[in-house]
Amino acid sequence: MLKKILYKTFCIAALVAAMSFTAPTGSVTITFNNYVGSSLLKLDNTTYKNELGQTYTVSKFKYYVGNIHLKKSDGTEYVSDKYYLINEEEAMSKQITLTNVPEGNYTNVSFTLGVDSLHNCSGAQTDALDPVNAMFWAWNTGYIFLKIEGKSPVSTQPGHLLEFHIGGYMQPNNCIRRINLTIKNGMQVSNKTMLHIKADVSELFKTPTSIDFAKLSSVTDLHNATTIANNYADMFSIQ
Amino acid sequence: MKRKHIYISALIIACVISLAFIGSDKYWTITVNDVKLDFPANFPKPIYNFKDNTPTPAGFTLGRKLFYDPILSRDSSISCGFCHQRIAAFAHFDHPISHGINGLLGRRNVPPLQNLIWQNSFMWDGGVNNLEVQPISPITNHVEMAEDLGHVVVKLKRSKTYVAMFNDAFGDTVINSQRLLKVLAQFTGLMISNNSRYDKYIRGEDTLSAAELYGLKLFRDNCAQCHKEPLFTDNSYRNNGLKYDSSFHDSGRMAITGNKNDFMKFRVPSLRNIEMTYPYMHDGRFHTLKQVLDHYTQTFIRTPTLDGILVKGISLSEQDKTYIISFLKTLTDKSFLYDRRFADPNFVRN
Repeated sequence: MLKKILYKTFCIAALVAAMSFTAPTGSVTITFNNYVGSSLLKLDNTTYKNELGQTYTVSKFKYYVGNIHLKKSDGTEYVSDKYYLINEEEAMSKQITLTNVPEGNYTNVSFTLGVDSLHNCSGAQTDALDPVNAMFWAWNTGYIFLKIEGKSPVSTQPGHLLEFHIGGYMQPNNCIRRINLTIKNGMQVSNKTMLHIKADVSELFKTPTSIDFAKLSSVTDLHNATTIANNYADMFSIQ
Repeated sequence: MKRKHIYISALIIACVISLAFIGSDKYWTITVNDVKLDFPANFPKPIYNFKDNTPTPAGFTLGRKLFYDPILSRDSSISCGFCHQRIAAFAHFDHPISHGINGLLGRRNVPPLQNLIWQNSFMWDGGVNNLEVQPISPITNHVEMAEDLGHVVVKLKRSKTYVAMFNDAFGDTVINSQRLLKVLAQFTGLMISNNSRYDKYIRGEDTLSAAELYGLKLFRDNCAQCHKEPLFTDNSYRNNGLKYDSSFHDSGRMAITGNKNDFMKFRVPSLRNIEMTYPYMHDGRFHTLKQVLDHYTQTFIRTPTLDGILVKGISLSEQDKTYIISFLKTLTDKSFLYDRRFADPNFVRN
């Protein structure tokens, strides 16, 4: 009798172990491709035009993404709570690899553009959230969620600079935006899966608010920050 | 002649003894007992609870070395301890505002460092939300240390002494900004003042004079609503009727929140060790406690954001003010001001 029970227990344990060890997973590499309209972003020497026809160049483009959720068609989710700093200057930073993602058909990807309030209040952090990455405000604690710098001849700043440092995690100046993208034909995760996401710089300066560089060329604190945040909420799309 | 010999011998012995004392490692060595988390029974629960940053002798010793090392500034001229002096409860003794790199003046009075783990935010305007990230402000401020945090890390990595000390504190030689900030929090977080005559009176270990006791009563009736015991602050921001000084361009908390209702609101400072932290107010405009009390009864100005308590008004006689001042002096905590753990380790030995 005892032997039988032991045997059964062993079988169940083995089955559970086998299931948990062999549940098939793969990796998903998300590549963030930065664009201006329909062309890939080129730093410094390429001139672009905003909605008002004002020309501008981009010398720096960095932003935080994190808390990535991948959702299956059956509603189950894969969650990564890490933060990543996407920096146009560093090709490697534009690729994020998520590991141990259960195989299956995924229909939705969502992530935070910015850094959630908890991580804005948690003291000294490291890796992507290390304050040495120049994406941190010391005098009014908090991360800069998105930084874009460049030039426009109509800018009234010294050197005709454009400087948009967008951050702020507290109401009414909260610039955290949750990005939710539907993967049209689904994404079948198996061994190594790739997902390409487009970030369009031109969206920063339009919809809902068209930015006139002659009037607004610098945002470096909470003034006007949410205007840009509302604009960047729709800058991402699946490629 | 004999007498002279005895005299000289005594002198030599005295020198040897004092040298042995000064040179003694014991004075500078931090032990497990020195970093014990032992919070005063009558204080509330600390807000910074050293989670993932339990103080250790090696961590605290490293934090102390960094606190007193001008390597944190761009040209190695200014350390934390340059403006935060132990004798003034780590405020800047007798400085209305302070001078940083190249002698440049800041625009605010250096606040004392004490009981920081009970503060929910830092700076006169409360712009900094966690003890660990507080040092980034003075390190990077252009009129204070004017250095880049990443460059501080680079400089520390070049130093054999620091590589060894980080190894002692963390078990490996990795140096990054997180570790730098954590050990500074170990050092400043343990600056706890709870041993003044007032504290001893509360604990039943000492008595106060009749004048001091009457001062305490007047204090509780007129001041304690904002300067709440036992920390002598309620951690709030208030407009206490100071005239806006356009040369400083300082609107206080409004710069942090963007809210016009916060115009000229500043942190309610603790009054512990107030005798040693003069001059007073966010810009150090008052030299004496008497001037401060005169301000609250007479010279404050009425603006739309003036605190409600002052709208109603505080009335104190000249005699009352002397009683209050004699009470405030019971908040001086000599065992904190002379605590060897917080002394500059470079002062005598390197």
